[in-house]
Amino acid sequence: MLNQTVKTLAGFVVSAGLFSGAAFAGGHGAQAEVLHWWTSGGEAAALKVLKDDFAKNGGEWKDMPVAGGGGDAAMQTLKARVVAGDPPTAAQIKGPSIQAWDDEGVVGPPYHVDEVAKAENWDSLLSSQVANHMKCDGFTKYCAAPVNIHRIDWFWANKKVLDANGISMPTSWDEFNAAARKLQSAGIIPLAHGSQPWQDATVFEAVALGIGGNDFYKKVFVDADMSAMNSPTMIKVFDQMRTLKGFTDEGSPGRDWNVATGMVMEGKAAFQIMGDWAKGEFTNAGMKPGIDFYCLPTPSDHGYLYNVDSFIFYSMDGQSKIKGQKLLGSLMMGKNFQKVFNLYKGSIPARLDVPMDEFDMCAKGSASDLNYSAMTGGLQPSFAHGMTLSLATKGAIQDVVTEHFNSNMSSKEAAKRMADAVQDTL
Amino acid sequence: MFSWLQKNLPKVVLTPSFAVILWFIYGFILWTIYVSLTKSKMLPRYDFWGFKQYIRLWSNMRWYTAVENLLIFTILFVLICILIGILLSILLDQKIRAEGFLRTVYLYPMALSFIVTGTAWKWVLNPTLGIQKLFRDWGFSEFTFDWLVNRDMSIYTIVIAAVWQSSGFVMALFLAGLRSIDDEIIKAAKIDGASLSSIYVTIILPMMRPVFMSSIVILLHISIKSYDLVIALTAGGPGTSSDMPAVFMTQMAFHRSEIGLASSSAVMMFLTVLAIIVPYLYSELRRQDASR
Repeated sequence: MLNQTVKTLAGFVVSAGLFSGAAFAGGHGAQAEVLHWWTSGGEAAALKVLKDDFAKNGGEWKDMPVAGGGGDAAMQTLKARVVAGDPPTAAQIKGPSIQAWDDEGVVGPPYHVDEVAKAENWDSLLSSQVANHMKCDGFTKYCAAPVNIHRIDWFWANKKVLDANGISMPTSWDEFNAAARKLQSAGIIPLAHGSQPWQDATVFEAVALGIGGNDFYKKVFVDADMSAMNSPTMIKVFDQMRTLKGFTDEGSPGRDWNVATGMVMEGKAAFQIMGDWAKGEFTNAGMKPGIDFYCLPTPSDHGYLYNVDSFIFYSMDGQSKIKGQKLLGSLMMGKNFQKVFNLYKGSIPARLDVPMDEFDMCAKGSASDLNYSAMTGGLQPSFAHGMTLSLATKGAIQDVVTEHFNSNMSSKEAAKRMADAVQDTL
Repeated sequence: MFSWLQKNLPKVVLTPSFAVILWFIYGFILWTIYVSLTKSKMLPRYDFWGFKQYIRLWSNMRWYTAVENLLIFTILFVLICILIGILLSILLDQKIRAEGFLRTVYLYPMALSFIVTGTAWKWVLNPTLGIQKLFRDWGFSEFTFDWLVNRDMSIYTIVIAAVWQSSGFVMALFLAGLRSIDDEIIKAAKIDGASLSSIYVTIILPMMRPVFMSSIVILLHISIKSYDLVIALTAGGPGTSSDMPAVFMTQMAFHRSEIGLASSSAVMMFLTVLAIIVPYLYSELRRQDASR
C-alpha cells in the first residue's frame, strides 16, 4: 500500500500526472487500452480499422489518445503511468526505446505477445531486421508489433518544374548539385526545407547514406563509431550539407515540413527531402505520382532508410488484459489491417506477404527497394526518426547537425564536435 | 470539543494545504536535487552518481548557449519592460482623454498566451512573410530584417515579443502606483519651482520602490522560466542559437531520456532564482522592517 502510494506520487513528478484510465472493470473478454498519438486525419482513420477489428473479435477497446507534440505529450503521460505501476496495455513506441523500456523491467517476463508471435510465426512474416526491433530479452522474444514501414530517404519533386528546366531526376549528389544550380539561376528555390532540428537530421542522414555509403552509415549511426564520425568522409558529408544550405531559401529556419512540401506543390521550389508521409500532401491536393510529382530515393548505393512504427506491450496482470494484448498483437500483424492502415498512412506494410496491387507507385517502389536493399546491406535504420542509437546519443548528433547547418561552422569542426558530443552520452 | 475547534480551526483548515505545498513543492525540489546526483536516464533511478551530471552539463555547448541567452534575455527584457512601462504610465497619468481605452490597448497583449504571441511574431518577423517582405514589396529592395533566421540575432526577437507582451502589464503596475501618490506633493513641488521631469525623477519614482520590486520579481520569474514563447517563436533555432535553460531542460527530460542531466539543469535554474531573488527580497524586507 505504502509502496503503491510512493510510486503514485513519483508518477506525479514525471509529468503533471494524467491518471485517466486507472483501472478496468472486471470481466473475462479481451480488453485493451492503447496509448497513441495518431489523432488526426488519415492516421486516425487508419487506427479506427484496428479498433473495429478489435471490437468485432469481442474485445473492449479503451482509447487513450494523447495529441500534440509528435508524441512528446504522450511520452510524459506514459512515463507517469508506468512509474505508477499502471501501464497501458499497448503504447506507440518504436526503435531502441522498446529495448530501453525492457531494460527498466516493465515489459516482461513473461512476454505474452511472444506466444502469439510463435503461433503465427512472425519470424517468417517480417524481414529479420524489422523483427529484431520488436524483440526484448536480448532480442529473443517478441514484445512489440510493427504496423508499417516508412522510407525516409526520398526526393519529392515537382515534375512540371523539372521538365520546364530540362532536368531529370538526379542519380548522384553531384548531379543534384548541378541541377540545383541550374534551377537557382532560373529563379526557383532548388530545395524546399524547413530548418527544424529533426528536418535537418532527416536531410543529413540521406546525405550521409549517399555520400558515405552503407558501411559508413552503419558505423556512424548503428555502431556509434566515433572514429567514423571524426573522419574525412564525415567532413565530405558536412560539406554537402553546406552546399545544400545554399539551395534553401531565407525563410527556411523553423518552417514546418508540410509548408515546405507546399512550396514544391506550388512549383516555388523543386525538391524536398522528406519521409513518405509527405506523399499525403500531394495526393490530398489531387496530384498524382509520376504525372504531377516524382517520388524517388535520394542518391545512394541502393540504400534504404526505414522508420518502423510499432506498439510495445507492457507486462500485465489479469487474464482479460493479457487476452487483449494477444488479440491486439494478432490483429496488428493481420494482413487486412496492415494493408488498410498503410493505404491510409502512406507507408508500406511491415508484413512482407501483403499484396501491393492496391498501393500507388511510390509505395510499390518502396516495397521492392526494401527487399533489394535488405539483400545488399543497404537497409539501414533511420537515425533522425529514432530507429537507432539511444535518444541521448541521437539528440547529441542532431544538435551538431542543426548547429552546423544553421551557422558557418566548418565541416571539420562539425565532425570533431559530433564525436565529442557522442562520447559524452555513451 | 467546540471550544477546541474554535481555537484550532484555522490550523485544522490550513494543515492540508500546508502539507500539500510542503510535499509537492519543497519535497520535489529536494527530490529533483537528489535525482540530479544520479545516473537517471529514461526513468528516475536512485543510485548515487556524485556530481557527474553537473560536469556533463557544464561541458555541454548547448547549455552554455542557453545560459548566455538567458542572461541577454533577462537583462534586456526586465530593463526595457520597466522603461517602457514607466514611460507609458507617466504619459497616461497626465489626465489625458480616452485614458481607459488607451490603457486597455496597452494592457491587452497580456491577455494573450505566450504561444499566441510567439506564433504571431513568428509570422511578422519571418523575412519571406512579414516586415522584410512588406518593405521590399513597397520598393525598398535592399531592406533587410532577418533577425528571426539570423543565429546571432534570434535571441533578440524573443526579447521583442516578450517586451511587447509584458510592458503593458508593467505600465498598469506603475499607473496604480502613480495614482496612489498624493497630488499635493506634486503641487507643492511645482510651487517650489521644480520642473515636471525633475518631479518625476527625483520625487515620484523613488517613491515607487515597492512597484519596482514587484515588477522586477514578476519579470524575472517570467524570464527564467520562459519556455512557451521560445518554442512558439523560434523553437530554439536557428540551430540551437536561441535555446534557453527551460527549453534545454524539457528537451533533456522528455525527448532525450536524460532525466539526471535535466534535473541538474533544473537545479542550476533554481539556484539562479535563489541567487537573484533572495538578496533582493532580504534587503527590501529589512528596509520595510526598519521603516516600521
